[in-house]
Amino acid sequence: MPPTPIKAAILGTGNIGSDLMFKLLREPGRLKLALFAGIDPASEGLARARSLGVSVSDGGIDAVLEAKDISIVFDATSAKAHVRHAPALAAAGRVAIDLTPAARGPYVVPSANLRAHLNAPNVNLITCGGQATIPLVYAVNQVTPVAYAEMVSTVASLSAGPGTRQNIDEFTFTTARGLEAIGGAAAAKAIIILNPAEPPILMRNTVYVMPAGDFDEAAVTRSVERAVAEVKSYVPGYRLKSAPMFEELKTPQGVRRIVTLLVEVEGAGDFLPRYAGNLDIMTSAAWRVGQTLAERFNRPKISATS
Amino acid sequence: MKPPRITDSSLRDGSHPVRHQFTVEQVRAVATALDDGGVPVIEVSHGDGLGGSSLQYGFSKTSEMDLIEAAAEACRSSRIAVLLLPGVGTREDLREAKKRGAQLVRIATQCTEADVSQQHFELAKELDLETVGFLMMSHMRPPQVLAEQARLMESYGADCVYVVDSAGAMLPGDVRSRVAALKEALKCEVGFHAHNNLGLAIGNSLAAMEAGAEQIDGCLRGLGAGAGNAPTELLAAVLDKLGLNPGLDVFKLSDAAEFILAPLMPFQPIPNRDAIAIGYAGVYSTFLLHAKRQGERLNLDPRDILVELGRRKAMAGQEDWIIDVAQDLARQKAGQQLPQ
Repeated sequence: MPPTPIKAAILGTGNIGSDLMFKLLREPGRLKLALFAGIDPASEGLARARSLGVSVSDGGIDAVLEAKDISIVFDATSAKAHVRHAPALAAAGRVAIDLTPAARGPYVVPSANLRAHLNAPNVNLITCGGQATIPLVYAVNQVTPVAYAEMVSTVASLSAGPGTRQNIDEFTFTTARGLEAIGGAAAAKAIIILNPAEPPILMRNTVYVMPAGDFDEAAVTRSVERAVAEVKSYVPGYRLKSAPMFEELKTPQGVRRIVTLLVEVEGAGDFLPRYAGNLDIMTSAAWRVGQTLAERFNRPKISATS
Repeated sequence: MKPPRITDSSLRDGSHPVRHQFTVEQVRAVATALDDGGVPVIEVSHGDGLGGSSLQYGFSKTSEMDLIEAAAEACRSSRIAVLLLPGVGTREDLREAKKRGAQLVRIATQCTEADVSQQHFELAKELDLETVGFLMMSHMRPPQVLAEQARLMESYGADCVYVVDSAGAMLPGDVRSRVAALKEALKCEVGFHAHNNLGLAIGNSLAAMEAGAEQIDGCLRGLGAGAGNAPTELLAAVLDKLGLNPGLDVFKLSDAAEFILAPLMPFQPIPNRDAIAIGYAGVYSTFLLHAKRQGERLNLDPRDILVELGRRKAMAGQEDWIIDVAQDLARQKAGQQLPQ
């Protein structure tokens, strides 16, 4: 018998929350979307969810806390709101998957370190650029220690919302910290560029990796290709634009062989347009994290019935 | 017309052609000469602004903070400006630059993305820095769009907003209409930053002044990205002949250009075939050396790379796209199809 679906709620009825809702409706997996909650009764997001037959509420966090059967809560509100939501959710024993920059729980990237945080009460998804590039730095670091990693993310202007625009420094700090903490780089830098071209460009990321010593190029390539395949399993539009490049460059540490990786992310087009790969990779990562964390609720049930 | 305020960017835009290899001694010598020549504002930073030292743009030989401090110490009356591109540099960098002696910050965004700069303007005001907004790649949008973006910067606290011809792609008429639109829309000052890719740096600077610009940029010997900028010593001579000299010493600055700047330049930026391609295709002047390097690596004509970057509407700071475009062109040359 398939395990009983775990009930989940989405908090936040904006673009991210709505895209995640479409993903959960299209492919529920182990989860059942039991509530879509916002705070504005007149929001488009709530109306859309209602028309799709989803239970909705404008009671925000209180509505989620009242629904005792909800185990997993995706928070797609804002950093400020999540700082308030996090302790309330933890006190109520709900698992929080945080898509805001609040970072109340450990950073997770599904393809890199999610297994280390299966029992965390709250996990944070870092940034879109982090989800797109940390797996690659992590993959290189599996083969050879990484002294320095740098990522450059170019996203379409239309896909960068007010949250990103007003907090662009936080994007660079948080992403760089993620490249270090999860990617394994001893030091890291992140750069973000908004491109207003029409038609909008797909999300593009360039990752430069400087290993600490000499390394086996073929082994790096294999590890990177494995990582790309793994991310692709939950973000279908994630792809390398060309084979990994290796080039000797002058650096402050002397001449070093640098690995350059070019990655493109095309969104699934569930709700947001396809060029918004930067938003799709966040909701896709959230979907994967939700599916994985749901395992913990199924475990006792499975053993009881078998 | 009034005498404009001149900002010399030899030690910032000039960082591109010297591949960010300026030393403390060089910076001290240049800053001393500019101060002595009557230049009121001297910009010092990595070419891509604070925090630009990277694999993407090139590592600095000497920490820009040490260079800022050296320049500040060398000047008696000139004030030190720094450049900050939100998304590359951060407020942390700005705080440090202020500690090291910066008195002005120029905050640069793509000409359509002014709203990423609010937190940086607010901090600059808190730190009591004079603020300039820098609308990069201004040739890509019409005057009214630029004016709206400039208004945002003014609302965040800009004391002046620049029309920045990052690609050296504008003709005098383009400059006039854009500066005039900003003058019309803003209460604060308006400035213009030229590149000489089409040989129009001085002429466009004059056109900007005719349209009301109060601030103009130069670099000694035009040392800057692409074909360089408006040479500061030439601006001094021309403004003096116009009766609009803001206090620059024409001979001291031309001596500084000849005897201090020229000896440390790896090459004289001029509108050669690649630089003309930048102005013609309307791409970021800084792409010049990066396109040359990728061209050599993959045996491609850098001009083809630059023109394709223009077709793809690459913006300021997108040096990594050069790798991408070069790879695509190499594949195309090998008989494979160019992706859409």
